[in-house]
Amino acid sequence: MIRMLLTFFLFTLQAQQPKSVQLLNVSYDPTRELYQEINAAFARQWKAKTGQTVVIRQSHGGSSKQARAVLDGLQADVVTLALASDIDALAAAGLVARDWQRRFPHNSAPYTSTIVFLVRKGNPKKIRTWDDVVRPGVSVITANPKTSGGARWTYLAAYGYALEKSRGNAAQARAFVARLYRNVPVLDSGARGATTTFAERGIGDVLLAWENEAHLALRELGAGRFEIVVPPSSILAEPPVAVVDKVVARRGTATVARAYVEFLYSAEGQAIAAKHAYRPRSGGLWSAAAPAAALHAAAPAAAGASRAAAGAAAVQSGPAPLRLFTVAQLGGWAAVQKAHFADGAAFDRIFEVWQ
Amino acid sequence: MKRFALPGFGLSTGFTVLYLGLLVLIPLSTVVVNTLNLSWPAFWAIASAPRAVASYRLTFGASLLAALINGVAGFLVAWVLVRYRFPGRRFVDALIDLPFALPTAVAGITLATLLGPRGWIGAPLAQAGIAAAFSPFGIVVALTFVGLPFVVRTVQPVLEDLAPELEEAAATLGATAGQTFRRVLLPHVLPAAITGLALAFARSIGEYGSVIFVAGNMPMRTEITPLLIVTKLEQFDYAGANALALVMLVVSFALLLAINGLQRWSAR
Repeated sequence: MIRMLLTFFLFTLQAQQPKSVQLLNVSYDPTRELYQEINAAFARQWKAKTGQTVVIRQSHGGSSKQARAVLDGLQADVVTLALASDIDALAAAGLVARDWQRRFPHNSAPYTSTIVFLVRKGNPKKIRTWDDVVRPGVSVITANPKTSGGARWTYLAAYGYALEKSRGNAAQARAFVARLYRNVPVLDSGARGATTTFAERGIGDVLLAWENEAHLALRELGAGRFEIVVPPSSILAEPPVAVVDKVVARRGTATVARAYVEFLYSAEGQAIAAKHAYRPRSGGLWSAAAPAAALHAAAPAAAGASRAAAGAAAVQSGPAPLRLFTVAQLGGWAAVQKAHFADGAAFDRIFEVWQ
Repeated sequence: MKRFALPGFGLSTGFTVLYLGLLVLIPLSTVVVNTLNLSWPAFWAIASAPRAVASYRLTFGASLLAALINGVAGFLVAWVLVRYRFPGRRFVDALIDLPFALPTAVAGITLATLLGPRGWIGAPLAQAGIAAAFSPFGIVVALTFVGLPFVVRTVQPVLEDLAPELEEAAATLGATAGQTFRRVLLPHVLPAAITGLALAFARSIGEYGSVIFVAGNMPMRTEITPLLIVTKLEQFDYAGANALALVMLVVSFALLLAINGLQRWSAR
């Protein structure tokens, strides 16, 4: 009897296998909503193309924490993280090919983002530029750059701005960043935690946030309470993606995992990214107020139009249009990592002079 | 070897050693083994970094303070629960264990909301210029919360065994309330109270979930050692995390040993 049941199970399992496949996408904190929609769209497209059902599970958390989970054995087919250095850590362990960044277009970053300011309604502290953020008496919310990918981009955005302003004087730029962290009362470990601290607990005058996270906060928590301020210059953040070769080889999911990543670059994938306030690589899909409008249009139709208008109005631009600089201009990830985020490097030294 | 009157020594001791070995010694020895990968100067550099030292001071200081608060307050709560009969006593009694059952993250989030600058307690304190949440004060409150049941639950049974007649006899012999407490009550209850204090202290040193929500987590100021360990792990710095874990292990063990000695001494 048991044997019969067992054969039956094995049989059904075998019969089902070519019809259904599972993927695990291990991602960073604020991409939940983006990948929910991407996954549904990709599953539809894959079914139409191959007849196979694909179920994509997602896992979210701080970027480095997620990378460590994969390193420790989490069976991720695809990683979509906030920092190239986190995927480099996987490559160093042999899970991902060393040349992963050349496997997909645009350094394997299908969409980009940047760091903007989220301020309270009416911008009572008149925060427009990075100089306003470091002003004494301004309370700033950001996460710990050692554990949060978004916070690392934030640190570099401030540093890059100061470097430009001081015409390349690194010491002055580091002092500028130190002034910024002097204004921080709470250091959360991830981007979502920082958003909660700012939005729900009401702490701080300005949240330094991922652009998409700021738009999401505006939509989810009410456009009436916050405003987005786009600083005159910020960093071009390139959250990278990779197929985890070791895992897909073992699970036999290489083809579908690759197709999933390629889907992010397709017209449909790029449109979904734009809708969620990521900056797509293909031109024409992005305009400053577009993501807010698109997000609001996606919200339930009731009162959608008026909220969309409010959302668009809440996005203000700084005195000059946003100019984006890259990590390469700051010396590249490896150098930046060593100079700023390694133990005892610039970030640690900011705090060691305290007390 | 001396034979015991009670049978089953070999079996029960064998089981104890196996059980403790599997559950305590083997997991903890991996910390020691992993730290052996570090050279002594490298270990010392990590363990004595200013940020690490500041975190030890905060972790052990706040834990000790919270345990002392619980030592006094828990004694009082146990006393009230044992000596007085009042409506709702069973309800209060059940309430004591709640910090055991509640996920610590829930406790942390609740406290952060309550003590935050817009919370019920935090707002008036903020008016007075006191930062309740995101300061060492918030950490002590969280640790007091998670440690409360230990002292109450260790003191309570001892007080229950202590016949009220003893106190009454002391009173009839002319002892004042203070003398009765010092000379009759305290000697009986002190060993149990110290045990409870030690447990609350040990629990506080290892507490992570509730503290990170109310602490603020600023390096040098409100960063506890367990958070520093997690931060190191998230930077793939396994050796550094192990080094700090070893420091915590050794210091905690030494402190608990000392408290146990104190307890034995007070029981004499």
